[in-house]
Amino acid sequence: MIDFEYARASDVADAVRRIASDPTAKFIAGGTNLIDLMKGNVERPSRLIDISRLPLKTVEKTAAGGVVIGALVPNSDLSYHPLIEQQYPLLASAIRAGASQQLRNMASTGGNLLQRTRCYYFYDTATPCNKREPGSGCSAIKGLNRMHAILGTSDACIATHPSDMCVGLAALEAKVHVMGPGGERTIVFEDFHRLPGETPHLDTNLHPDEIVTTIELPARGFATNYTYLKIRDRLSYAFALVSVAAALELDGGTITEARLALGGVAHKPWRDPAAEAALRGQAGDQTSFARAADLLLRDAKRFAHNAFKIDLARRAIVRALTQAAQGTPQSQSDKKIR
Amino acid sequence: MVSRIPVTLVVNGIETQLEVTPWTTLLDALRDHLHLTGTKKGCDHGQCGACTVLIDGRRVNSCLTLTVMKDGAEVTTIEGLATDGALHPLQQAFIDHDAFQCGYCTPGQICSAAGLLAEGKARTEDEIRELMSGNICRCGAYPNIVAAIHQAMGAMGSAS
Ligand SMILES: Cc1cc2nc3c(=O)[nH]c(=O)nc-3n(C[C@H](O)[C@H](O)[C@H](O)COP(=O)(O)OP(=O)(O)OC[C@H]3O[C@@H](n4cnc5c(N)ncnc54)[C@H](O)[C@@H]3O)c2cc1C
Ligand code: SF4
Ligand code: FES
Ligand code: FES
Repeated sequence: MIDFEYARASDVADAVRRIASDPTAKFIAGGTNLIDLMKGNVERPSRLIDISRLPLKTVEKTAAGGVVIGALVPNSDLSYHPLIEQQYPLLASAIRAGASQQLRNMASTGGNLLQRTRCYYFYDTATPCNKREPGSGCSAIKGLNRMHAILGTSDACIATHPSDMCVGLAALEAKVHVMGPGGERTIVFEDFHRLPGETPHLDTNLHPDEIVTTIELPARGFATNYTYLKIRDRLSYAFALVSVAAALELDGGTITEARLALGGVAHKPWRDPAAEAALRGQAGDQTSFARAADLLLRDAKRFAHNAFKIDLARRAIVRALTQAAQGTPQSQSDKKIR
Repeated sequence: MVSRIPVTLVVNGIETQLEVTPWTTLLDALRDHLHLTGTKKGCDHGQCGACTVLIDGRRVNSCLTLTVMKDGAEVTTIEGLATDGALHPLQQAFIDHDAFQCGYCTPGQICSAAGLLAEGKARTEDEIRELMSGNICRCGAYPNIVAAIHQAMGAMGSAS
């Protein structure tokens, strides 16, 4: 790690003032991603602004029947919070599928959204990477790309967003409340993370002088018919090759509402309105599930080592929709996939 | 001149003053400043769990923790688990079940298991395995580690 200065923010306004006045500064919350990246000289802030003591640590009901989650609520506490376990078990499950309990104890809700890709070349400062050093090139496109994206890629970057929690938040259509020098604004989850395009160094649409304050969930929680299915190289403590958050509302055997979000396949949690629309009004059976999977993957693009992800995603989608329709969500401790 | 920042920690029950650079991790502070070398450095990147300690009773990876951020915290390491010379039930259980070979991962395993018991979320062996997955054992002592934790859970009255 390089020499850096340390300051503690006294409140949200102070945090914004400090970040706005120093473009080379960064916020630190749990530190589980930033410190790791600083040890490898991938991130080189001149100053860390410690936001970990800000009073953004509650989970509360909203008047609209949803919940609002402080950006500094630890991932572990969020996943075990009674409001989340009861109303949004999909989110609880997605969080528990990620990292380890020690890391979840440290990781914050806001930091989880802003964690950076796990592309090996992004971490290796000896290789070109457009995300780390804009204009230097992408080492993954013709290199080792087994973990990389199959959807929404560009000629500049094929990295994936590594978060599990965010896949759950995407399916639940969360909103992100942020504060900047000009005041507050709200970003719908769909618009929070970006596709790489020509600017892969930008992961999100959060401005550099803004802080995430809270994340809000709408009332609809899909607590009966949901699953979070994560496929990875080992059964735990590994990033997703492919993950699927599926949430359904059913009337008899007919699907009335469907949400499908994928992790490990794109630069952001991937949703496809056409695939979800194709499920509505259909019987919840293998035929409609397979059609939704085909639709979602219609533009999937393979690279040298990740072609397997297309088939894996197709099967994972069908399996996840089956689990959701049956009301038998994937257990995050008994790893057998049923 | 490198600026050092004064920090107060309660380490294993003893109030301790330190002066550290902003980039001193809690792991390095414990090992190099306080000479508490029970806590191990495996990967230094959050990937192995060897550095697990308890901060205010919760298990964390000390290699990804900046000491300056924890001013005022209570830290418990493997050196602080025994009371008055009596082994912690987890330490005894690890011995009873021969839950280690080289022992390098063991302090992290035991501190992690202490955190697991305090959380009270694990009931079955599957749940113990999952909630202990942040601790890698290169010697593969996993079956005995799980058995040891299961025994300690019973001994401490937290098994169902
Ligand atoms: C070994 C390992 C395995 C992991 N496995 C998984 C996994 O399987 N699944 C998964 O989803 N995650 C995994 N993670 C990642 C982990 O979930 C993230 O590191 C964590 O969520 C980041 O949160 P943090 O609070 O520690 O962020 P920090 O490291 O503190 O910050 C990360 C970034 O967010 C910014 N930031 C933080 N809070 C705010 C805020 N409120 N407003 C604006 N900016 C902010 C910081 O400036 C920084 O750029 C793993 C991590 C490790 C080390
Ligand atoms: S895929 Fe993206 S992050 Fe990886 S090397 Fe290419 S530009 Fe960098
Ligand atoms: S040394 Fe901290 S997790 Fe490996
Ligand atoms: S006993 Fe050797 S690494 Fe676990």
